[in-house]
Amino acid sequence: MSGGLVVTLFIALAALAPVLAPYEPLRGQLGERLLPPSVGHWFGTDELGRDVLSRVLYGARISLQIQVAAVGLALVLGTALGVVAGYVGRWPDMLIMRIVDIMMAFPGIFLALAIIAALGTGLGNVILASAIFLVPQFARVIRGSVLTLKEKEFVEAARALGEGDVTIIVRYLLPNSLAPIIVQTSLRMATVLLTASGLSFLGLGVQPPSPEWGAMLSNARAYMITAPHVATVPGLAIMLVVLGFNLLGDGLRDALDPRLRE
Amino acid sequence: MAVYVLRRILLLVPVLIGVSLVSFGLLQLVPGDPALILAGEEASEEVLIRIRQEYGLDRPLPVQFVSYLRHAVVGDLGISIQSRQPVATLLGQRFPFTLKLAFLAILVSATLGVVAGIVAATRRNSPLDIVALLGSLVGISLPIFWLGLLAILVFSVKLRWLPSGGAGTFAHLILPALVLGAASSAVIARTTRASMLEVLRQDYVRTARAKGVSDRLVVYRHALGNAMIPILTVFGLEFGYNLGGAVLTETVFSLPGVGRLIVEGIFARDYPVVQGALLIVATTFVLVNLLTDVAYAYFDPRIHYN
Repeated sequence: MSGGLVVTLFIALAALAPVLAPYEPLRGQLGERLLPPSVGHWFGTDELGRDVLSRVLYGARISLQIQVAAVGLALVLGTALGVVAGYVGRWPDMLIMRIVDIMMAFPGIFLALAIIAALGTGLGNVILASAIFLVPQFARVIRGSVLTLKEKEFVEAARALGEGDVTIIVRYLLPNSLAPIIVQTSLRMATVLLTASGLSFLGLGVQPPSPEWGAMLSNARAYMITAPHVATVPGLAIMLVVLGFNLLGDGLRDALDPRLRE
Repeated sequence: MAVYVLRRILLLVPVLIGVSLVSFGLLQLVPGDPALILAGEEASEEVLIRIRQEYGLDRPLPVQFVSYLRHAVVGDLGISIQSRQPVATLLGQRFPFTLKLAFLAILVSATLGVVAGIVAATRRNSPLDIVALLGSLVGISLPIFWLGLLAILVFSVKLRWLPSGGAGTFAHLILPALVLGAASSAVIARTTRASMLEVLRQDYVRTARAKGVSDRLVVYRHALGNAMIPILTVFGLEFGYNLGGAVLTETVFSLPGVGRLIVEGIFARDYPVVQGALLIVATTFVLVNLLTDVAYAYFDPRIHYN
């Protein structure tokens, strides 16, 4: 459960950033530009003399905000689509799965790029773009789970007792699909951070001077040779958080679904 | 088999129409008058009327879409707002480069991933296995744009072995292909390991061992062939993700590919270019997946698709 530890630490650092950060994330001292790491500035300063540690800490809040909002949105939309497709079947299933196929035809970051191209940059649109990218993944997992569950005896028994469709979905199908949903949520928290910080790195996501990690890396490119530390820390932060959620997801999968354990 | 391939090709049609609908719909999603977006903010009323007629923006949307499709099928993807060149020409200049990069990256990741996966599976729970598993976890968690920056820092700035960006020679492609291949090699290594372990558990492998076949022969002659079947599918998917990752890699290394083209297109509000780039990338991805699915059916005669 080392993944859980990393994730807990990340959430704690994000929550406590205003207390822990030694400096203001947006205000720099122009006399202290591009300083290497030292006792006064653990991770050095950037091109405007801003403390890199403080910026990375505040950046954790932005990352967490994007991750929770985007995964939450994708979870709700994906679950709704997956349940309808799996439970109703027939033409709604056909239609939803074709839409999923179409969305999945855009590899990687391209679907998110399409959303940004249409709606523009900024925090809200990054959340929307990263969420849409995940909807088909959630829909597929939930649909699969519902398809297996609805043939089970306990669902048949509930139907024989005269329970309505909504009751069967809410009381029987969703609670029994929780294991794959939880695993997916953790793994997708990782994917979303890579997508969102990638968009910001391209200049198409959260905009400077925000201390978003991808945006910080994008700025740091120009000072790579003179001040490599500015580009090191935000990237390391992204990697550790993504690794944490991946480890947590793998661990949860092993714990919740013993059949999948190797 | 032929029936299966034919059916898969027919199933492509609705997906490709959907992909074109997304790319066509992009311009409709942009807030504001499409004619004004295409002509630029300072366009006069006459220019707007001309643009509306030229692009058929005065017709109903379904008619516009059918016309868009009809032109796209014959390779007419409109004119770039910024460079005034046909979008198809721009894609023709940029897309082959991205394809080459994605292909080199999949070569890197297939080699690295399959070797690491076999080593891990055959020495299960050994230190080598643990290193391979941890390495692949780190690999899928690395933001490739950061890995690219680090690679430039080490191999171009410090060691001065390879160029840090631009294109021209093969040396310019080495770092980008390695960086892009790193993440997908992690996925391929994980799949190879799981698939190999699954096959090594089979009765026929035990039989081979029981009759005295050497370890090496069991792994490479008996097991690998069957283990490769699920890995093939991952190759196709990873090729697609490499096309996606190329957007970031091309930005880091300043490469003249379609990923850079789409990002520049978004910045310049050059919508025909963005639409064209989306269309060609998605179509390629769909076709590559079709090829891997057909290969899957071909290599696994146990599966009947009817």
